[in-house]
Amino acid sequence: MAAKATRTLKPQGGNRRLLGYLIRPAVLGLVCLAMYLWVSSLQLDSIEQRVLNRDFVVSRVIQHLWYAFIATGIVVVLAVSTGVLLTRPFARRISPTIEGIANIGFAVPSIGVLVLLAIFFGLGFYPALAAFIAYSFLPVLRNTMTGLQQVDQAVIESGRGMGMTKSAVLFRIELPLAVPITLAGIRTALVICVGTAALATFINGGALGDIIDQGIRQSRDSILIVGSVLTAVLALFIDWLAGIAEDFLKPKGL
Amino acid sequence: MADFLGYLVQRWDHLLGLTIEHAQVVLISLIIATAIGMLIGVLVYRNDGATSAALNVTSVFVTIPSFALFGLLVPVMGIGAQPTIFALSMYALLPIVRNTTAGLRGVDPAVVESAEGMGMSARQRLLRIEMPLAWPVILSGIRVSALLIMGIAAIAAIVNGPGLGNDIFAGLSRVGTAQALNLVLSATLGIVVLALIFDGLIALLGRITTPGGIK
Repeated sequence: MAAKATRTLKPQGGNRRLLGYLIRPAVLGLVCLAMYLWVSSLQLDSIEQRVLNRDFVVSRVIQHLWYAFIATGIVVVLAVSTGVLLTRPFARRISPTIEGIANIGFAVPSIGVLVLLAIFFGLGFYPALAAFIAYSFLPVLRNTMTGLQQVDQAVIESGRGMGMTKSAVLFRIELPLAVPITLAGIRTALVICVGTAALATFINGGALGDIIDQGIRQSRDSILIVGSVLTAVLALFIDWLAGIAEDFLKPKGL
Repeated sequence: MADFLGYLVQRWDHLLGLTIEHAQVVLISLIIATAIGMLIGVLVYRNDGATSAALNVTSVFVTIPSFALFGLLVPVMGIGAQPTIFALSMYALLPIVRNTTAGLRGVDPAVVESAEGMGMSARQRLLRIEMPLAWPVILSGIRVSALLIMGIAAIAAIVNGPGLGNDIFAGLSRVGTAQALNLVLSATLGIVVLALIFDGLIALLGRITTPGGIK
């Protein structure tokens, strides 16, 4: 007799769950430590010293975080409010079209959006920020719309039947039920923005891509590896933080 | 606008060449990811822990920023098509593994049991019952992967990868000139059009390959 597969993944409870939470930061910390020790053991030439020093690296990490958090904040406000609007009854007819566009928007290359904005608005921080906002808007919008549409119609109708107004139903039933979706949207936006922020360097926008780009231009593997590993570690760490926030901020009872 | 259309006509052969290159790397990466992803899915779907582990690892891949992943692959694989296909295959894994496990887990246990009762071996059940029933779900995962890597493939031009990304970077180095917009817009739109074509073809493949009974 073959064992029957269980059909859903059970959430892990208690200590195992806590352990699960700690694995990723521990691994990321070890990776950073190993890289630090490795770079310390190298004899750096003048090109490497100019990039691989504390001031340069820290300033690029901070720029990177600015991009990710500002873009995410703006995108979530824009996309969630648009999502709420587009799921109201008067917009029901156009919402499938919007979702179709959002699906294809997935395939638009981030670097294309970035360079197009640079052509229209010039180089630097603000065009890069605008590109990250434009690029992550559609995925977050789509998440929000799917989330709001999943709210059970029966629940909404019973709210209306209890004498709640349409806006009371929206604020007291639909939006609380859509909180997990919004949180997931924040996480999606953060992951996308922290990833694409690495491209800001191409339009003189700084961030960690500067280090990777220097590594490629100067053909120094040490710089290339430090830049790439830091960018990846930062993205995975932010994703981990957002995942924890998602688990703890969810309304109880869902 | 007329300027842009004129550009498209004039550079048609060049654009078509880059588009075909782009389609090739995406298609190759998609085939590799489908083979590996379905294999992983089949190996882990009966076990909760293994399924979670496979999904966790492949979602870590997707979270790694593409520029960083290309940067890490250069010292190991050099530049060109090789690191491009490797990276794109890694990104394409998550949707395929997720949908393979979800599809196989979603097969009605009663159906599997009756196949068992008919004397089918575990392998026959997988190939003749579970796989065909899970196939539409798996295929929608492949569709998501195709859209996902279509855009990422543009960044591969940084490591001298093939495809339309080359025109985006060519435009980048000419920012401020009239030609920049034509280069970047044509390449970006080309990628979107290619995504639509892939999406349509995979949907068509789904219609042809879905068993009649579950359409």
